[in-house]
Amino acid sequence: MTGAGARSAPLPLLVPALVALAFLVIPLAGLILRAPWGSFWEILHGSQAGEALKLSLWTSSVATAISLVVGVPLAWVLARTDFPGLRLVRALVTLPLVLPPVVGGVALLLVFGRNGLVGQYLDQWFGITIPFSPTAVVMAETFVAMPFLVVTVEGALRSADRGFEEAAATLGARRMTVFRRVTLPLVMPSLGAGAVLCWARALGEFGATITFAGSFPGRTQTMPIAVYYALETDPDAAILLSLVLLLVSVIVLVTLRDKWLRGGSTP
Amino acid sequence: MSVPELGLVADAVVTRGAFTLRAEVTAAPGEVLAVLGPNGSGKSTLLAAIAGLTPLAGGRISLGGVTLDDADSGTFVEAAQRPVGFVFQSYRLFPHLSVLDNVAFSPRARGLGRAQARAVAAGWLRRLGLADLARRRPADLSGGQAQRVALGRALAGDPELLLLDEPLSALDARTRLEVQAELKRHLTDFAGPCLLVTHDPLEALVLADRLLVLEHGRVVQEGTPAEVARRPATEYVARLVGLNLYAGTADGARVVLEGGGSFVVPDHDERGEVLVALRPSAVVVSTSQPDVSSVRNTWPATITGLTLLTDRVRLDLEGEPSALVDVTPAAVAELGLDAGQRVWLSAKATELEVYGQTHPAEPLNAFDG
Repeated sequence: MTGAGARSAPLPLLVPALVALAFLVIPLAGLILRAPWGSFWEILHGSQAGEALKLSLWTSSVATAISLVVGVPLAWVLARTDFPGLRLVRALVTLPLVLPPVVGGVALLLVFGRNGLVGQYLDQWFGITIPFSPTAVVMAETFVAMPFLVVTVEGALRSADRGFEEAAATLGARRMTVFRRVTLPLVMPSLGAGAVLCWARALGEFGATITFAGSFPGRTQTMPIAVYYALETDPDAAILLSLVLLLVSVIVLVTLRDKWLRGGSTP
Repeated sequence: MSVPELGLVADAVVTRGAFTLRAEVTAAPGEVLAVLGPNGSGKSTLLAAIAGLTPLAGGRISLGGVTLDDADSGTFVEAAQRPVGFVFQSYRLFPHLSVLDNVAFSPRARGLGRAQARAVAAGWLRRLGLADLARRRPADLSGGQAQRVALGRALAGDPELLLLDEPLSALDARTRLEVQAELKRHLTDFAGPCLLVTHDPLEALVLADRLLVLEHGRVVQEGTPAEVARRPATEYVARLVGLNLYAGTADGARVVLEGGGSFVVPDHDERGEVLVALRPSAVVVSTSQPDVSSVRNTWPATITGLTLLTDRVRLDLEGEPSALVDVTPAAVAELGLDAGQRVWLSAKATELEVYGQTHPAEPLNAFDG
């Protein structure tokens, strides 16, 4: 809010605006003010907080990697091919964006649970049980976060200048070469932004994870879940973990501002 | 073309929405064929079909006797497999690659290793005088440099056919002349057939051995630059080469014009529907009626516009027939010419070029003159 803008704003708009701003900022300020700064390292190393942080970091990174490997090709198919039911598929891909995460968790449990559609065979034939394991954490995070990557990259592919791909074809590049050497580098800024967004969403994932993976410290208890439980037993740890998540979010925001401006607005 | 199988032979039917291109095009090895036409005439569509970016809806395209696309038999060689170099209108240099890697792209895509491909590219950059720019990104190039890099990139794949889509249109006037002279040299060196799309008649005259004019997706005229410049087949071509063009019905020494009026012409025993071309500078303007003679055409007309060209004034005149006439600025001052004024025009019969309509598929009156 610039000084000139604030001064010229009429009161009926200015007052609610300030209320909204305060509502958004004060809780975060409170978090920083109440933080046990003195015992920062003790808490992070001593309690389960450190383990939760570690688990969260690697599961969300694996979820992002999986999303890149299968999500980017999906984005390409949605952006570059045409088949009956394309619109339906696109709607299905974006559904997890608006679906309450807990519903995603229930759905995963129904399919991959021990008595689930797929889970029962995994259990009978291979002795594999997914729910309440780190694998389940990764799956829950991937389910919720991958659409962010797919939607971002698909948008970039749609707005990308097809002329470069045509030029590459006339220069003798087959379709896979065109994808690798021209398409992918051209959407790289958006791909980076999508990956960061996907990773941040995976890191903050709570509902689907706790439903499908539970909350076993050191095994499936990710940071957001640890925060939730620590609030009752160890409030200082909860505050500290919240601060770590806040810091990550700020970093992501700063990173994305750059990426969005370069990759999102101009193809 | 007497041995068309050696070069490009295209009988292309391409549909894009409501637009249909239907063109027969041949180009011999070493020949530069300029494809002229107004916007939306199908020039770029023709190139896209030859390059394999747009499949044919009908007809056939072959290069050096090899079929690239045949709508009837279903043969379609993918763009990547066609030995065709394409210089795009906006160049389409890959923004994320250096100049060297842009030029190395085709050798690499066609199977060379990275080092070998770069060596080939470096050779082309030297030949085009671009060696200093090898490490630059396309964004850091001037228009003329980007044009040369685009040409180098197309040639580095060792194509058998070169397609250029308005290669100079993105350049300012001064750079254009310089690059045009250089482009002419490289096109002369190129052994295969070359198609050059342009809407600049001067570019076509300078660079091409032969012209082909497209209008509304059809070939309306084909010939050497001299032929086309002397006997334009349509209003569009006539405007390009700066001539007045009239359609009419000839009966020996007299042509009755479609839009009104008539001309006395040299009697070459032409009969039936003909075209009459008249240079704007061959018409004399006077304020009073000149002596009527049997070898001169005289008719009244009203000045509707005056435009100052570099060393003369072009008059727009309405009459039977209407005409564009070039006079000197001195004449405008002496005769006190101005818009709305009634004057007399005269032209010698021998200045009129009378010829039959070569492409009856597109009659002249289909165009609003």
